[in-house]
Amino acid sequence: MTTPAPPRLIPDRLHGRTTRALRSWEAILVAVAIAVFIANSFLSPYFLNAWNLSDATFNFTEKALIAFAMAMLIIAGEIDLSVASIIALASTAMGLAMTAGAGVPVIVATGIATGVICGAINGFLVAGLGLPSIVVTIGTMSLFRGVAFIVLGDQAFTGYPPGLAYFGQGYVWWVISFELVLFALCAVIYWALLHRTTFGRAVYAIGNNATAAQFSGIRVARVRFILFLLTGLMSGIAAVCLTSRLGSTRPSIATGWELEVVTMVVLGGVNILGGSGTIPGVVLAAIIMGLVTFGFGLLNVPGIVMSIFLGALLIGVIALPRLMRRK
Amino acid sequence: MQPVLRLRGISKSFPGVKALSDVQLDLYPGQVTALIGENGAGKSTIVKVLTGIYQPDAGTIEIDGRAARFPSADAAAQAGVTAIHQETVLFDELSVAENIWLGHAPRGRFGLINRAAMRDGARRLLDGIGAKIDPDARLGDLGIASRHMVAIARALSIEARVVILDEPTAALSHKEIQELYELVETLKAQGKAILFISHKFDEIFRIADRYTVFRDGQFVGEGAMAEVNEGQLVQMMVGRSVDQIFPVRDRNIGAPVLTVSGYSHPTEFADIGFTLHRGEILGFYGLVGAGRSEVMQALFGITTPSKGACKIAGQVRVIRSTAEAVEAGIVYVPEDRGRQGAVKGLPIFQNVTLPSLGAVSRAGFLRMADEFSLARDYTQRLDLRAAALDQDVGLLSGGNQQKVVIAKWLATKPRVIILDEPTKGIDIGSKAAVHAFMAELAAQGLAIIMVSSEIPEVLGMSDRVIVMREGRIVDEVAGDRMTPETLVRAAAGLAVAA
Repeated sequence: MTTPAPPRLIPDRLHGRTTRALRSWEAILVAVAIAVFIANSFLSPYFLNAWNLSDATFNFTEKALIAFAMAMLIIAGEIDLSVASIIALASTAMGLAMTAGAGVPVIVATGIATGVICGAINGFLVAGLGLPSIVVTIGTMSLFRGVAFIVLGDQAFTGYPPGLAYFGQGYVWWVISFELVLFALCAVIYWALLHRTTFGRAVYAIGNNATAAQFSGIRVARVRFILFLLTGLMSGIAAVCLTSRLGSTRPSIATGWELEVVTMVVLGGVNILGGSGTIPGVVLAAIIMGLVTFGFGLLNVPGIVMSIFLGALLIGVIALPRLMRRK
Repeated sequence: MQPVLRLRGISKSFPGVKALSDVQLDLYPGQVTALIGENGAGKSTIVKVLTGIYQPDAGTIEIDGRAARFPSADAAAQAGVTAIHQETVLFDELSVAENIWLGHAPRGRFGLINRAAMRDGARRLLDGIGAKIDPDARLGDLGIASRHMVAIARALSIEARVVILDEPTAALSHKEIQELYELVETLKAQGKAILFISHKFDEIFRIADRYTVFRDGQFVGEGAMAEVNEGQLVQMMVGRSVDQIFPVRDRNIGAPVLTVSGYSHPTEFADIGFTLHRGEILGFYGLVGAGRSEVMQALFGITTPSKGACKIAGQVRVIRSTAEAVEAGIVYVPEDRGRQGAVKGLPIFQNVTLPSLGAVSRAGFLRMADEFSLARDYTQRLDLRAAALDQDVGLLSGGNQQKVVIAKWLATKPRVIILDEPTKGIDIGSKAAVHAFMAELAAQGLAIIMVSSEIPEVLGMSDRVIVMREGRIVDEVAGDRMTPETLVRAAAGLAVAA
């Protein structure tokens, strides 16, 4: 018999905290955010104004609420393209509740509950029946908005009770809006959920290799279902904020948001194929997109140029690390 | 008679494994030569050498007495060597004729594919093997047997002189096997030299004219089928000595831990029953496809059996998911490490703690310090080699990834650990380490099931061996009956030797 060699000590980490932070995707995003901020403050005299900056946050807060849940979904290797249609359906449901004479609490609860139910439908089709999420949510994208169109036609719900306005137009303190506080709160909650809980760990495991995750005792279907539920919930909350801010519901509400949310998530460093990404990255991406949109707005740049710039920014930021590695 | 194909002194090594060592093989025109050997004897490797997929490290290949080299699959096809594999890859969305001619379709003007010639050629080939299949049919619409005939037609679409049939009957029904035998007779009559690889003795004796036996990558013997009997072939396949050294174990077998009875699955296995005890290593032997992994994956909650019960430590447990299996104390180290083993992309420490997340968290919140200490503890026990615990597990070697998978399961403190081909494809040194570790775990009272297709390993490590064949348990062997002959005969479906 041979005597076993003494076990080797393996260090916990290869690099220290600072090295890891500097090499991270978030470091690049911070640099981009600062650059956009500086550029904006030189280009427009109105940019460095507390109230203007506060207004700018409305460009991203509602989308970012959904982006947090979407980030987790994409990290787990799935996607939900029906989020904007969920907003339309949830907002329509809120309008119906208002028409039926409901008060503000019931209207809000209706919007959120509709989002959760839509999420549950997506979740059942993907996690329960094992259908591919991109196909399922392209289907429900048409389905949910279609229902909103049938209910509303070319009409609109208006005349929401004044109490509802707080969710999209209210301020908690000085220039700090309710939506900004909600955004910050959700950022912290989702950061903790993804990076500090067993659930978040399961999300990463499934996104990297769902089969191996199942072979490690992870309840893959349950995690996937919960993720769709969360995306539906956040879409419902976003619907409440948006309806409140606009003060009306049209069936075309939030058209095209699903791609803006996915753009935000991918710009935040989440791998579109699943497995990696962080919530701080998504927060930074949301801020960058908000600043760019706002800056261009101040300069009276047409919307189409804005979307060209955002598209180029997305591709540029994604291609940058690969180009640097090639050298 | 001069052989069509003559191999001499062929050797082929892979890192840590000598797959072929100085082997020879002769194939004669109009004759069927059976290549016989256990799993890992080198049969697949020689087929890959013959079809230009592997390059031998040493040795010569002669065709009609002239030296030949097969630097690519194309070169082997040019020389007239073709193979029909266990699972030939075909394309569902293409027509039968397109499948047959893909890659070497007859060309017409401007180098375009000549569809008429392709269809005629396909019909001629299919007629030649007696298959009534429309060349224009979509492959996906055909049944298994017809697909198989298309695969054979494809193999014959080159001007083949040497035809290799690699376990051709594994997926066929009785009637289809008869048709295949007729096809082999047709090919013989055309003067083709046929290499026939099979584990089934009845069919070897039915259709082969000659035999060649390999064992552990070495040539053992050859001759005419007429001059040999089953017993002599089995003797040649398994040899006499078990030359690997296995750890000496203190056998300390305790109370039953796991009792399985009447486990059945609609397609994979039927009526599986056995008892596993504390401190025991129970071997599961059988040919590839005997249903061993399927039984183990049902015990682990990957698939659900249609019938049967499973008792763990005296309590009946219904296991519908892997999470429930882990809770019940049953864990499984899969054979398919790349897909089912470690989660590549996650760091080592997160792989180790993945099934133990409850133990390293409070109210769902992870405790990073607990995670690292658990991972440190178990990776050290397995003597893992890695730069750091936050390294991506995908950067480790196969043997070290296997250690991470075993570590992750030991960290759950299981009652039963199932190891599916635990040493397949890993080098000799790591093999010995895995064996020593298994012995140590059994000595500590863990109950171990080891699925293995390597006879020396099964015999060297197990206290008892269950042999499976075609989804059923056909024999349980212990004590003096634990011999290579008994296992091979039971697995191949031969009568038990007196």
